[in-house]
Amino acid sequence: MKLTLKIWRQESPSAKGRLVAYPMDHVEGDMSFLELLDILNQSLIKKGEAPVAFDHDCREGICGSCGFMISGIAHGPQKLTTTCQLFMRQFKDGDTIVAEPFRSKAFPVIKDLVVDRSALDKIVQAGGFISARTGSGPDANAILIPKEKADKSMDAAACIGCGACIAACPNGSAMLFTSAKISHLGLLPQGQTERHQRALRMVSKMEELGFGACSNHGECEAVCPKGITLEFIARLNRDFLVASVVATKEAVKKV
Amino acid sequence: MTLDAKIPSGPIEKKWEKHRFDMKLVNPSNKRKYKVIVVGTGLAGGAAAASLGQLGYEVEAFCYQDSARRAHSIAAQGGINAAKNYQNDGDSIFRLFYDTVKGGDFRSREANVYRLAEVSNAIIDQCVALGVPFAREYSGYLANRSFGGAQVSRTFYARGQTGQQLLLGAYAALSREVALGSVKMYPRHEMLELVVIDGHAKGIVVRDMVTGKVSSHAADTVLLATGGYGNVFYLSTNAKGCNTTAIWRAHRKGAFFANPCYTQIHPTCIPVAGEHQSKLTLMSESLRNDGRVWVPKKAGEQRKPWEIPEDDRDYYLERKYPSYGNLAPRDISSRAAKQVCDEGRGVGPGGRGVYLDFTDSISRLGKGVIEARYGNLFEMYERITGEDPWKWPMRIYPAMHYTMGGLWVDYNLMSNLPGLHVLGEANFSDHGANRLGASALMQGLADGYFVIPYTIADYLTKVKPGTRAGVDHPAFKEAEAEVAGRMKKLLSIGGTKTVDEFHKELGQVMWEFVGMGRNEAGLKTALQKIPQIRERFWKEVLVPGSGADFNQELEKAGRVADFLEMGELLAYDALMRDESCGAHFREEHQTPDGEAMRDDEKYAYVAAWEFKGEGKAPELHKEALEFENVHLAQRSYK
Repeated sequence: MKLTLKIWRQESPSAKGRLVAYPMDHVEGDMSFLELLDILNQSLIKKGEAPVAFDHDCREGICGSCGFMISGIAHGPQKLTTTCQLFMRQFKDGDTIVAEPFRSKAFPVIKDLVVDRSALDKIVQAGGFISARTGSGPDANAILIPKEKADKSMDAAACIGCGACIAACPNGSAMLFTSAKISHLGLLPQGQTERHQRALRMVSKMEELGFGACSNHGECEAVCPKGITLEFIARLNRDFLVASVVATKEAVKKV
Repeated sequence: MTLDAKIPSGPIEKKWEKHRFDMKLVNPSNKRKYKVIVVGTGLAGGAAAASLGQLGYEVEAFCYQDSARRAHSIAAQGGINAAKNYQNDGDSIFRLFYDTVKGGDFRSREANVYRLAEVSNAIIDQCVALGVPFAREYSGYLANRSFGGAQVSRTFYARGQTGQQLLLGAYAALSREVALGSVKMYPRHEMLELVVIDGHAKGIVVRDMVTGKVSSHAADTVLLATGGYGNVFYLSTNAKGCNTTAIWRAHRKGAFFANPCYTQIHPTCIPVAGEHQSKLTLMSESLRNDGRVWVPKKAGEQRKPWEIPEDDRDYYLERKYPSYGNLAPRDISSRAAKQVCDEGRGVGPGGRGVYLDFTDSISRLGKGVIEARYGNLFEMYERITGEDPWKWPMRIYPAMHYTMGGLWVDYNLMSNLPGLHVLGEANFSDHGANRLGASALMQGLADGYFVIPYTIADYLTKVKPGTRAGVDHPAFKEAEAEVAGRMKKLLSIGGTKTVDEFHKELGQVMWEFVGMGRNEAGLKTALQKIPQIRERFWKEVLVPGSGADFNQELEKAGRVADFLEMGELLAYDALMRDESCGAHFREEHQTPDGEAMRDDEKYAYVAAWEFKGEGKAPELHKEALEFENVHLAQRSYK
């Protein structure tokens, strides 16, 4: 196959970016999108040009490092697929593919396709945990968890924190990400004690970091490579509402 | 010098308890006066940083990824072992210990392995407490599955994403400590040098991968939890960023590197598709619970798999290992696959593949059951290969996966270099010459949650609080200058070949001569070739850009430079170890039916190598292995 890559090039956070076209020959269906970028980079280096910077690590769809906009869609056209697991057989000869960084106020560009997603860590730090000191857990089978609850919790816990949901959202909202964490823990008996404060603290941190509000577009669900559903946002809203009514100020302050 | 493993005295089941009592404790009010550096935030590093932060130590944690949650522990699929015996099927701490020592082909330290089995149950308790959504029965109790190398069902799992869920548990605990201020987190920072003052590890030099700034961090003790060195083979199941730099730099500063030749090749990976291949993807070993591995009986078979009648198929694992069958340990399964492919009976492009066939299980259990168990893996296979595994049996082939070798540590997880602790895959300690499935997660979390929080005190109680040198100490300035010098050199070569080209070349040599089957002639060839590649690297490599900003090629160049040194030590160790054991298979030493033949008389020891300077042969130190509780025997899975 022959196709054209149009890639966002931006040298630094403050530099002005632009799209640069790179014609690619000998593209094979068995190549992943990132392997195609590897090939491009090898040739750019040899020509004395700067290679395209992009985040990636495991290249098996689980670490959440990779991800950019591929022709306007976060992670590209294939459903339930991260950028690293997108293979060129999804494209056809002659295609022009545009690669741009995830765009969001909360995700400043570092270089080319690399963005700073540390805001997601900050949301988790605000309350995305169960406070269980090492060594304090009771026997694992002392906590019975109905299978359907455990499965539902796992559905939410499958989030890889890639940030595609935020990039896809017209409001730049982090609701799907935050709701996945809140639901993962809130569905489990171990997560009940801190459930209210978790919802309040994570939501307020999310707003503080410049993420937008949710207005039910559903773009996040459409691009999520792990199939996290909007149902969890509904769950977050419920938890947040209940928490706003019942949580005491003391509970909210304490970690 | 003699290596003292500091194994506590007494019967094996009492050693850890006794040791915990014998060690001094750090006064609670003194804990905050000690600073601890943790490099790497996978299961071992993440769990350690969180646990030490909770205890009150001042912790600084570093990772090269953009978030602590992305360390490669996240990719572990199958599960984590523990001796809970929830299945009432005969498991016990002693059996997990026994299986692990045997699985490691009697090349691990008994006391460490026993402790690992002993704390395994607490790990499951801790993970559940942190909200890890392990698989459950309908009753609400925890579910288990069986795994290679064991005849009991002791593996806990969270779908095919166990590593992810365990890591997110540790990451959540770590995040809480970051919020509380007990841990300071440095993502996108790569450790490039260890700082040693008066013979003790007292800090590190790191590079901020966004700004390029090189800086020093001082501490009372340094913990390396930086994973394995599997990427020395270029193609492996490791993440692209996994590297040996942290442990290699520590080795160059005096830490002994133990058993580097123990490298595990995983039997169930998706075969290589072409030249462009950048990494290999593992398909969970759990697939072998229900999939049957086979190849055609005759070489050069052209028929489609479903056209080949039963009589013309060779279910070689079931044939050779009737009692373990498709669940034979990894090293054995991998070699058996290589053997049938070498005979020309491999399947798929290039003939490097064997079938993993679910047809029988689907007809026995129904498609629904198989889909529920492995649906995500079937999807992943299809996404990568473009083939529908419900129609065509999967094709699998072994790939480099895990490294049992690593920095030498004593029972306290401290290296021979005082003050340097090494955790998880980065150390050598628990898996001997071969790791069993679902044991890596167990070891990482054991080291991080339940070993180092105790044993760190054994070192720190000997360090007077408040005596730590600052980063203005000359040793830091010297280390920073070394780092800067190395980067400057890499950037100034201006050659014609890219870093990846050298890495691939090294990988090919490693895979061909130091891979699944090793022999004296091949290893000597590798030992000739590796220094040549290294020499050309330092003359011909082309690293673009500058050191003063985000430069992924520069990062890679530094790592490959270290792999080019480390790979030589790996081959050297493999040549020295003139026996077959576990994953280290010397073709000269095999039984008539092709099994590994150990030489306990000569090689029942840990080989710990001392760096003697560039261009000089490393010096071998031996730690004799004594087996008081497990009888040394030829491993049999027949």
